[in-house]
Amino acid sequence: MTVFLQQLINGLSLGAIYALIALGYTMVYGTLQLINFAHGEVYMVGAFVALYLARWTGVVDNPSIPGVALVLLGAMAFCAALGMTIERLAYRPLRKSTRLNILITAIGVSLLLQNLGLLLFGPIDTFPTIVPETQWEPMVGLVIRSNDLITLGVTLSLMLGLRHIVEKTQMGRAMRAVSHSRDTAAMMGIPVDRVISFTFALGSVLAAAAAFLVAMDKHVIKPDMGAMGGLKAFVAAVLGGIGSIPGAVLGGFMLGISETLVSGYLASTYRDAIAFGILIIVLLVRPSGLLGRHTVEKV
Amino acid sequence: MRTSAALFFLALSGCAGGGEPAAPEAKEIVIGQYGSLTGPEATFGISTKNGIELATEEVNTRGGIAGMKLRMVVEDDQGKPEETASAVSKILSRDRPVALLGEVASTLSLTAAPLAQNSSVPMISPSSTNPKVTEVGDYIFRVCFIDPFQGTAIAKFAYNSKNVRKVAILKDVKSDYSQGLGQFFAETFTGLGGTIVAEEAYAKGDLDFKAQLTKVIATGPEAIFIPGYYTDVGLIAKQARQLNYTGLLLGGDGWDSVELAKVGEDAVVGGFFTNHYSTDDPNPTVQDFIKRYQAKYGQKPDGLAALGYDAAKVLYSAIEGVAADPAMAAALGDRSSTPATEESRKKARAAIRERLTHIADFNGVTGSISIDANRNAQKPAVVVEVLRDAGQYRFVEAVYPDGMKAPTAAPAGGTVEGGATPGAPAPGGASAPTEPAGAAPAPGPTPTGTK
Repeated sequence: MTVFLQQLINGLSLGAIYALIALGYTMVYGTLQLINFAHGEVYMVGAFVALYLARWTGVVDNPSIPGVALVLLGAMAFCAALGMTIERLAYRPLRKSTRLNILITAIGVSLLLQNLGLLLFGPIDTFPTIVPETQWEPMVGLVIRSNDLITLGVTLSLMLGLRHIVEKTQMGRAMRAVSHSRDTAAMMGIPVDRVISFTFALGSVLAAAAAFLVAMDKHVIKPDMGAMGGLKAFVAAVLGGIGSIPGAVLGGFMLGISETLVSGYLASTYRDAIAFGILIIVLLVRPSGLLGRHTVEKV
Repeated sequence: MRTSAALFFLALSGCAGGGEPAAPEAKEIVIGQYGSLTGPEATFGISTKNGIELATEEVNTRGGIAGMKLRMVVEDDQGKPEETASAVSKILSRDRPVALLGEVASTLSLTAAPLAQNSSVPMISPSSTNPKVTEVGDYIFRVCFIDPFQGTAIAKFAYNSKNVRKVAILKDVKSDYSQGLGQFFAETFTGLGGTIVAEEAYAKGDLDFKAQLTKVIATGPEAIFIPGYYTDVGLIAKQARQLNYTGLLLGGDGWDSVELAKVGEDAVVGGFFTNHYSTDDPNPTVQDFIKRYQAKYGQKPDGLAALGYDAAKVLYSAIEGVAADPAMAAALGDRSSTPATEESRKKARAAIRERLTHIADFNGVTGSISIDANRNAQKPAVVVEVLRDAGQYRFVEAVYPDGMKAPTAAPAGGTVEGGATPGAPAPGGASAPTEPAGAAPAPGPTPTGTK
């Protein structure tokens, strides 16, 4: 039983990260019907920006709550700018061309950023402990770590914040309108370009937060961390129903927990095979994902 | 008319200048190296390259081989199989080297070996320990021990010296090295009477290993054997300690990197792994190498640097033997591509291959190297303990292959000054005598701990 609870905690903290990154995929897909493959790399850049900010501002030697907040917010701001820049330079000029062109551009941007990261940051870097770590063992064999609690806490508050933005603000209403029908929204006077930019910024902010949480907990960051992390998060978004915000959250947690349980109770050798197998089965039963809108393709 | 005549002469003289037989281009012998200079195992490739460079420089300052300088051509494979194939093809077709050096990771050596074999280019892997590497063909050699030996060494160490009876194995599902080493460890350890309580896998590059570790720790192992590469090992060690695991951590030569302690911090300290040599070894060959390496690169050479150096030295001694024949020497230095030169180059490469098969008792930094019938090196391994300072290990014991005698002049006992007391010294029943590394008799005082 303690092992199961431990695995659940492992799965939740892994799933929280997937969910945060998946939100970026799903929001961009919602507004543009584009799978932004460069999103994983925005997440990676977030981790390195956090590292360099922590070094430059001296937070490394002298950790403090405002210092840590500065690092986190700085990484978020940088990623927001990066996300908007990618959209402006790489995707907007292609918005009128076929879906395939823009998809390939997205893959290109992803590879560009990954290799640029390798060039600028080196193959691997270690992230210092700027958030003090403690852990409790309420039962033998069950370890609860402060980092897990912080990860879940930050993830949940960001999700509530996102929900507020999408449901309660004017920009959120505009986002929903654009995702419903971009052309109609434009005719209603909604500044579509600005809404799309905002969507990229929002997704990138969440990716930066995920990156910070991973870096803070694992202390290892790599230029290729966005490749697998991004792919898993994308899968989570599809699992939950791409385009659906609650779907991305559900998909992220489901993928994290199922991966953990597969490793813990079935065979860790086939973890990815089984976790992705689950995805295929879910999609066979529910083609638009768990919470996805079922849309009939108009001919 | 006059001007045009002058121009004509000018042109002519210009022509003549160009046509004059230029001083014969300084001939050089080209050696190819491919390695992971970037990517997650970057320290592997860089250390190897540094070691090879040092050996090359040594030969070149002595005037090269048969009057020709050696030139290294290095390509980065980023630690990826697909990049390895293209890097090696590029070296082979563009540079026409007489021989190839590389890789560290067995998976990558296995990618390159068929290319070298098909082109009949002798290839020496400095440090790929998976047995399959040299099985590719008769042009593929290595100067390190192989995983069955390494797995046996660490399993015996765990069982005999550390009295461990229950071990869990956590191996990298994507690596031939890790799979092989895990299997050989398990075979020896169960053969001795121990139990493998869990055998789990992880995927290289993951950041989270808690699911596997939770499962493994629940089975109550006294030691976890992680036959992986340093980045993953560091993370795994850390997360195991976070899950309140207090037992031993064991590994293989994939742990050897300054990055191990940077990533794993306190979690890897006190872990034991098998390595190719120990910087504590008082053998003058070793100490001289360390001194020169440190002077040039500003850090202590790890095992991979030492193996890179040894691989290059072994290769150069073979080339030197071949170059004693003037016709062969001419072929070694000629990189033009005509049917005739291709043919003579092929002969020269075959001669190098032949020489390599006869390497015996070569006095290397990583011990005495003898190439056996399977083109593997017969040599001892050392077990070292990870210390807190990055890249610093404490020598614990040396393990010799069956049939190879341990040096007799070496001091008995594995205790080394300046470190924690090692576990119980190997009892008499262990076939692993506790003595310093290096097959060459090592006179002199007890080695002091690393600084």
